[in-house]
Amino acid sequence: MEEKKKIATRDAYGRALAELAATDKNLVVLDADLSKSTKTADFAAVAPERFFNAGIAEQNMIGVAAGLAACGKTPFVSSFAIFATGRAYEQIRNSVANPQLNVKIAATHAGITVGEDGSTHQSIEDISLMRTLPNMTVVVPADAIETTQAVKELAAFKGPAYLRLGRLATPQVNDENYQFKLGEAVLLRPGRDIAIFACGMMVAVALEAAELLAQENISATVVNVHTIKPLDNDSIIDNAGCCGAAISVEEHSIYGGLGSAIAEVLAENCSVPFARVGIEDKFGQSGSPDALLRVYGLTPTAVATRAKAVIAKKNSK
Amino acid sequence: MSLNVVADYAKEMRRKIISMLGLSGSGHPGGSLSATDILAELYFDGMRVDPSNPKWEDRDRLILSKGHAAPALYAALALKGYFPVEELDNLRKLGSRLQGHPDMKKLPGVDMSSGSLGQGLSAANGMALAGRLDDKDYYVYVIMGDGENQEGQVWEAAMFAAHYKLDHIIAFVDHNRLQIDGNITDVLSPEPLKDKWQSFGWNVQQIDGHNIEQIATAIAAAKQVKAQPSLIIADTIKGKGVSFMENQVSWHGNAPKAQQVEQALSELA
Repeated sequence: MEEKKKIATRDAYGRALAELAATDKNLVVLDADLSKSTKTADFAAVAPERFFNAGIAEQNMIGVAAGLAACGKTPFVSSFAIFATGRAYEQIRNSVANPQLNVKIAATHAGITVGEDGSTHQSIEDISLMRTLPNMTVVVPADAIETTQAVKELAAFKGPAYLRLGRLATPQVNDENYQFKLGEAVLLRPGRDIAIFACGMMVAVALEAAELLAQENISATVVNVHTIKPLDNDSIIDNAGCCGAAISVEEHSIYGGLGSAIAEVLAENCSVPFARVGIEDKFGQSGSPDALLRVYGLTPTAVATRAKAVIAKKNSK
Repeated sequence: MSLNVVADYAKEMRRKIISMLGLSGSGHPGGSLSATDILAELYFDGMRVDPSNPKWEDRDRLILSKGHAAPALYAALALKGYFPVEELDNLRKLGSRLQGHPDMKKLPGVDMSSGSLGQGLSAANGMALAGRLDDKDYYVYVIMGDGENQEGQVWEAAMFAAHYKLDHIIAFVDHNRLQIDGNITDVLSPEPLKDKWQSFGWNVQQIDGHNIEQIATAIAAAKQVKAQPSLIIADTIKGKGVSFMENQVSWHGNAPKAQQVEQALSELA
């Protein structure tokens, strides 16, 4: 695969916010003492009067955002995914999701690729937590280009949303002509033997896995499921149905995230051999992002191996 | 509006609270009755609101952070004209706009959903910030419980309001000294409340929360304070106005039976 420039989705997030500041005067941004890491500092630099640092106090920050939204503002609130969704979960549930307030929770440092900071800072449950909330939209962009567009679309969209972003610079899977549409999964590579559904930085890994499979004459479909909720059920059913086998790949626990969401759809609509590739029932640990991806089975090679096992199941039927 | 008229509204609110709780068969009379005079003064005197335009952008806002006192808020809103008084009979019934705890999506006049303790002051911070950004002069009122001050989020919010000098927040602590499991100082003391809030950078007053004149005066004084949020500790009596409920923790979350409703209403005649 051609080597493309790597950019972290958090970098694209900060730039998109700063760009929007000029045109969207309702936009306000809050952070919990991590603005340099989450990149909301980019917004603070161009619109300081609409940036509020809430300090290391995420529960209050979510409530402040709810109050701003109740008065017509469009608040984006940022922290690391573990604190934004975990520490403030019940505030998100009762002060944002239930009253359907227009708050965007844009959390960075999701997943194990946080790296050396270790398990306390590696959120592998956030998709699950946010997906279970009524009224909540959940978006996991695959790259910087998609992030930029998702930020703009979510700023225009009325309602609570969770945007999951990463720390690590990752490859671009979309080109400049790409058009993000909320709730519409994107078929990136058509194939016949297995459908690989992925989100976030695992989309690039899935594409590489498809290349590896192609070398063994296995034809894999790759679908970028950037919107986990509402899930594009038609795309899941069509692509899994066509291939007769499927796997999901995510940098998240196999419980409650993309894999679970797809399993639910497949079990009810189109039962095919299926496996969830993600973080098994364990916490992360310190290490370089690459080393952690290897240990937790999230490399192209590991994904290809899992894909072949599922295809074997299909063929043994 | 004259303070006597406000007191009349307060008495009518208490009658409605007892009646609706009698009909619903569940709910929280004690903390509703302790917060009644504060709400009466706000809705029938102090607050700039228009029941015919509940979403009016320039209105003062009220967040009932101790959302379990919903019957008191509902009584005020109904008597103010936000919805028909008869609807109070539907409290806590399936399909009712009068949910067990206030729901801003369902009931006109509810400025913020509440019920999970500790969250109201944070939302008030956001509303006050929005008002400042939009150059509006509305006030945001919050009513918290004293037991609610055990929630850590309250103190996060307290820090935030003082840091950002949110002088259009006027918060009350309904200081009735009781919570479900007993006296607040026995369960987990939040005292000394006055010292705590002052040390968090707030302007603090302490008043008799059943004296309409003192409530009105304290609000007026709070409005004179600049660059600092205001807290009014309202010393109250849980179950105020109904002899057998006053200062009885058992009436925190129990609805009166028919005979008790009758006795309470006769006392509130």
